[in-house]
Parts: sequence; C-alpha cells; structure tokens
Amino acid sequence: MAQNTVAAPAQTKPKKQKPSQFSGMSKALVRRETISAYLFLLPSLIFFVSFVVVPMFICVVYSFLDYGLGGVKGFAGFDNYIKLFQDPVFHRGFLNTVLIVVVAVPTVTAFSLWVSSAIYKMHPLPRSFFRCVFYLPVVTGSVAITVVWKWILHPYYGLLNQVAGTGTFDWLGNQHTAIWFIILILFTTSIGQPIVLYVAALGNVDQSLVEAAQVDGATKLQVFWKIKWPQIMPTTLYVLVITTINSFQCFALIQLLTKGGPLNSTMTIMYQVYDTAYRLNDLGYANAIGVVLAIIIAIFSAVQFKLAKTE
Amino acid sequence: MKAKTTDLSGTSTGYKVFAAVVLVLLAIFFLFPLYWIVTGSFKNVIEINANYPIWFPQNPTVENYAELFERPAFKWLFNIIFISAAAMVLTCLTAALAGYALGKKRFYGRAVLFTIIICAMALPKQVIVIPLLQEMTFFHMNDNLWAVILPTVGWPFGVFLMKQFSETIPNEILEAARVDGAGELRTFFSVVFPMIKPGIGALAIFTFVNTWNDYFLQLVMLTSDKNWTLPLAIANLQGEMSTDFGLIMAGAALAAIPIVVVFIAFQKYFTQGIAMGAVKG
Repeated sequence: MAQNTVAAPAQTKPKKQKPSQFSGMSKALVRRETISAYLFLLPSLIFFVSFVVVPMFICVVYSFLDYGLGGVKGFAGFDNYIKLFQDPVFHRGFLNTVLIVVVAVPTVTAFSLWVSSAIYKMHPLPRSFFRCVFYLPVVTGSVAITVVWKWILHPYYGLLNQVAGTGTFDWLGNQHTAIWFIILILFTTSIGQPIVLYVAALGNVDQSLVEAAQVDGATKLQVFWKIKWPQIMPTTLYVLVITTINSFQCFALIQLLTKGGPLNSTMTIMYQVYDTAYRLNDLGYANAIGVVLAIIIAIFSAVQFKLAKTE
Repeated sequence: MKAKTTDLSGTSTGYKVFAAVVLVLLAIFFLFPLYWIVTGSFKNVIEINANYPIWFPQNPTVENYAELFERPAFKWLFNIIFISAAAMVLTCLTAALAGYALGKKRFYGRAVLFTIIICAMALPKQVIVIPLLQEMTFFHMNDNLWAVILPTVGWPFGVFLMKQFSETIPNEILEAARVDGAGELRTFFSVVFPMIKPGIGALAIFTFVNTWNDYFLQLVMLTSDKNWTLPLAIANLQGEMSTDFGLIMAGAALAAIPIVVVFIAFQKYFTQGIAMGAVKG
C-alpha cells in the first residue's frame, strides 16, 4: 500500500507535507514506533471498541431481529425496516425532526454568528460575561432548564400565561404550539458552543487583510463577506454539523415536556427510538429506527460538507 | 485612521446602540431560567401556586430543601459527582495517551484509525445507548454507576482534542528527551504531559460538564432510586409529583449550582480548549 496516500488525510497542517510519514526512518524504528504507539493507544481503544464499536454492531444486528418482550423470536430480515416506512408515527416523527433541524440549525448558526461578531471586539470582561451567559443554559443542563420551562409554561401556575394574559392556555398541550416551544428551548440550549467557537474564530481572522481591504475603501459588509466569512468557514461547518447532530438527538426536552404528544405533534425519531424500546418493548424495531436515524444524520453531515466545500 | 480600523463591530452609532440593547435583553432572557429556578426554590406553597407573577419570594422558606433532603438527595448528588469525576479522570488519562500517539507517532494504521475516530464522532451518541444497555445487562453491570462512566470514556472526542494539542509539541523537544535516554513513558509524563496541560484542562471541564448533563445515558442505565443521579432524580420527581414546583426547583437548583460554579471557575480553560479543538479541526 502506498504510504504517501495513507498519510495525506491525517495531516491537518499542510506546511509539513512529507512524501511519506515514514521518510527517514529505518524499518526497525518504524516497527518500534508502531508498537509503542499502539501501547499508548491501548487503554483508549479498549474503551472505544467495547462501548462504541460493539454497541454499534449490536444495534445493526438487532435491527434485523424480531426482538420483543419475551426475547429474540427469530430473524426478521428487513421486516423492521419495511415496517418503518409504513408506520405513521415514524412519518410524523421524521417530519417533526426535519422541521426542528431545518428551523433550529440556520437560526442557531446565524444568531450565534451575530452575537459573536457583536461581542468579540469588546473589552475582555464584557466579552467573557456575554459568552458565559449564553453558555449557561448548556451548563445548567437540559433537565434543570426543562423543568423550569415546564413551570413557566404551566396553564395555571405558569408565568407566561400570567404575564401575557392568555388565561389558562396550555402551550405544551396544544398540538400547534408545543413543537415551537420545544424548538425555542432547544435554541436557548444550543447557541452557547457556537458562540465560543465563533468568538475564537473571528479573533483569529487575519487582521492585515481586513486593514488592506479597508484602505481600499471596502464597506464593513464587504469586509465581512469577502474576508472574514471565508476565513471562518471551517468553524461554520463545524457549527453546522454539531448543531445538526444535537438537534437530531434532542431528547430530554421531549421526554420531560410532552412525551411526543399531543397527538404525536412533538414526536421525533430519537424519542420514538426510546418509546419503542422501553414502552412498547420492541427492541428490534427500536434499533432499526436508530440505524435509520444514524444514516439520516450521516447524509445531512455529508451534504453540509459538500455545500461548504463548494462555497 | 487607526481608530477606524479597530472599530469593526458596526457601521454606525445607531447600530451599536441597537446591538447593545438586544444583547442585554437576550442576556436577561438567557439568565432568567436560572433566576427562576433559584428564587422558585425559596418560595412557599402559596407563592408557587399563585395565579399572578411573584418576581421574588416574599416569605423565603427552606421547606422545599427540607422536603428534598427527606429523600436521598445527598446520595443522588454524590452519585452524579462520582460519575462525572471518574469519567473526567479516566477520559483525560486515556485520551492524553492516545492523542499523543496519534499526533506525534508515525505508525501503520494511523490514518485509518484517525478516520474511524472522526466518523464515530459524527455518530448520534444516543442511538448506541439502547444496545449499550443490552451489553451492560449481559455483563451484569446495568443499574450500576460504572455503566454510565465506562461508555463516556469510550467516546472519541477527547482523543481528537488531545491529538490537536499534541501536534503543537515541537519534534525537537521529543528528540532531545530521547537523546537524553528518557524512555517512552518518561518522555510522555515529564515532557509531553506538561506541554498539553491546557488541553487536558479543557477536556477535563468539558467531560465533567457533559457527563453531568448526559441525561439520556443516566435514564437508560440507572433504574433503582439509590443509583439515581440528581438530574435523573429531578426528572423522575417531576413525573411523580408534577405540580410540586417548589420541590422540583430546589432539586434543579441543587443540580445546577455546583456545575455552574465549576464552569465559571474554569471558564478560561474551557473556552480556549473547545475553540482550539474546532478551529484546528
């Protein structure tokens, strides 16, 4: 196998592109280095293989089994997957998940970029303050944040109805409003990390290019789109991918606020995986939904990489 | 001219005022849930169930906390601290060793291994939790704190972050250690380790906060109430007694305050490390 092609993707820094990762090393040294490298990797690999790789395989294998309450009843072939395409709950969950992702991801990205560009030039103290404030909901944890929102949105004792004068409207019990509150709360717990990343990325933008453009009379907007935007593109890509993965996996909010209801209006693919496994005790089907969710996320991530590359 | 080039946050004073006002309003909106948790935990039953807004507890009471500690709340707090701390120590140790090897060693299978790690990071973590429970049940480790700790250590983000930090170590320093006759482990602990300390700090706080808040894993793995964690216990209490918001807010405050304090104390390492992992990746 050509060693130079093997080495290429692992080099994140282009400045030290050697023809081979082994150039200038004797055979004995390569062997010694390989052995010691794997010894360093061993503890981590044991955990990785046991608790990530093995469950991945179990997940795929179970998705082809008829595995209900009484244990494995036999091989199911593609039955679980066929069932999924005919299941109205899955259809609803799929549409809701796509709605959450399509609304939350662009909003989180655009909003965190705006906040970051407003704060990254500030004095370190207010900058840390704002960065910290927007990160707080992430740190506070989905459970604590969710239970306080449940109280705020409660029809009788909730602050929202008391302040807005909307009587005893049940925001989470209404099939038209529930999902929008899920998205809102998801939004508040999602922008922290993108802001940290964007503040760092904007701080690293090559200042000489910015100044050169300004000398040439470029407007602020032009400077942003022509100079800063391309330079923060890797961060944008990373933000898009992590926000997409997080939005797809949004679980605690739904389990604690609506349990997928009312009338499946907040059912998501992730919640259906849990519901199918533990309420309906259908592990074969739950794992099939899980596999499909993983595939959908992989497709979304790949599309984002493609789009970002062509930009 | 100089003043103009450093002024990049907006095009006009009007925009700046607008941005400042929006930022402050947003900050209030983002701080409010935490404020509502803490003040709510000191409200008595009448204030909790009032049908008009009470912005600050009129007759502060600790009855909610008394009620909370009638349950094994200390045990729940201990469980979550133990889980988060154990996951943090194990993750930092294994990830630092592995990240160093990936970042600085030249060996067969390096590119393949790194690709696998990147792909695994894009995997939805929660999807493997259900098969993970099967695996833990098989080894009789379900409903055990280690059933939450061990899978957390297996997650490859730490290895990725440590690789990014290790790559910044100059080869000359490693060469020098080798010439001086230092063995592999000595080189790692006395040369590499001190140099990647900021990265380890970032990973430590990141792992601690994320483990504390990994509700789904705790929910699936920990079933008996003596093994609950505080966040899990609040979630379960909320299901049991859905309108005793005073009790629930006391629990939420107890679960949120320690982690918020830890975060604010180590904020610097955290923001640096996260940014570094992503910007370079």
